[in-house]
Amino acid sequence: MNINATLIGQTIMFALFVWFCMKFVWPPIMAALDARNKRIADGLAAAERGKNELALAAKHSTELLREAKEKVSEVIAQGDKRASEIVEEAKVQARIESERIVTAAKAEVEQEVFRAKEHLRTQVTAVAMAGAAKILDREIDAKAHNDLLDKLVAEI
Amino acid sequence: MSTEGLTTSAYIKHHLQNLTCSIQDGQFHCAHTPEEAKAMGFWAVNIDTLLVSLVLGVVFLYIFSRVAKSISAGAPTGMQNFVEWIVEFIDNSVRGSFTGRSALVAPLALTIFAWIFLMNLMDLVPIDYIAMITQPMGIGHFKLVPTTDPNATIGMAIGVFLLVLFYSIKVKGLGGFVGELTLQPFGKFGLPVNLFLEGVNLIAKPVSLALRLFGNMYAGEMIFILIALMGASWVGFTFSSTMLFGSQIILSLGWAIFHILIVTLQAFIFMTLTIVYLDMAHQEHH
Repeated sequence: MNINATLIGQTIMFALFVWFCMKFVWPPIMAALDARNKRIADGLAAAERGKNELALAAKHSTELLREAKEKVSEVIAQGDKRASEIVEEAKVQARIESERIVTAAKAEVEQEVFRAKEHLRTQVTAVAMAGAAKILDREIDAKAHNDLLDKLVAEI
Repeated sequence: MSTEGLTTSAYIKHHLQNLTCSIQDGQFHCAHTPEEAKAMGFWAVNIDTLLVSLVLGVVFLYIFSRVAKSISAGAPTGMQNFVEWIVEFIDNSVRGSFTGRSALVAPLALTIFAWIFLMNLMDLVPIDYIAMITQPMGIGHFKLVPTTDPNATIGMAIGVFLLVLFYSIKVKGLGGFVGELTLQPFGKFGLPVNLFLEGVNLIAKPVSLALRLFGNMYAGEMIFILIALMGASWVGFTFSSTMLFGSQIILSLGWAIFHILIVTLQAFIFMTLTIVYLDMAHQEHH
């Protein structure tokens, strides 16, 4: 238990250890701890940001969905309208077509009637002539009485 | 054991003597008795104190610098966890007590804490075991606990004291520091009284650091020696011998467990006081 030069040695050793610790031990450990703290803080901030973004995206998606639904119902309504329009148009066209067909048919019928009448008329002339010949019992000169005959035909 | 044939007081004295060596007449010589060690004067060294504290300091720095070299900011594992735990503990202590900014104080505190902790921890090695190793090597005395040697504690306290002086002068300037010593608390007319009071205040710092640590560890070591004596009086399977041996086991276990607390606490106190003293050195008080 004597005080001797040991204490000088101890002081020098102490100084060297502190110097070494200050130079090579403390700074890298502290740097790593700080880096980790920063990383954790960044991670937490990123998580928070992600959460916000998620909420925003959810809101956005419901909005989109709502818009889409609106559009769909609009399109359906438009489609319905267009379909009824097409049906109406078709109806109108059909009516026009049917009228046209009816008209054409009528015209044809009339023509047919006319032709039949014409035919009938000539037949009637012949019959009348035959009848008249028989009545008169002599040959009527067709040529001489042609005018008379034509008049007759026109009368019928 | 080597205690056979020794008296109780010789046993105690034996255990309290350092391996003091010096160069006498050109020859390296180690003291065998306390008187011889005393006669060597100041220019002798306690080989055991220096060797053990050197080895422990190197162990501490080796472990920590190895971790510091391979440290990553990712998830820590194993030794890195342990080192980071201690570093964060020290860092919090420093932040709590030291108000200034300094690149030195935190590593200084870490070194003090870890080094003194390891030196104190040597107290838990059973006191006669080390003699069983050193005695066959022809080394008569070997104290394993450097902090029970006042040279070690005073040496470290001087280191801290020099830092206190350095920072006092650096922060306040030489004039400011001298003024602090002489011009308060009683103004310039009470200069001698001021100098005396502040001088005592200043000197008390390293003295309290050194003597508190030394006193605690020395007393603890002394009690370990006294407990070890109980079994040393073994004479055979008699009732009293068996009882003494049993109490030695129980008492040394109890004291060792209690000592774990003291070991840590003394290291922590030395560190905290160092931080506080350096904080005071950084502050201007009027």
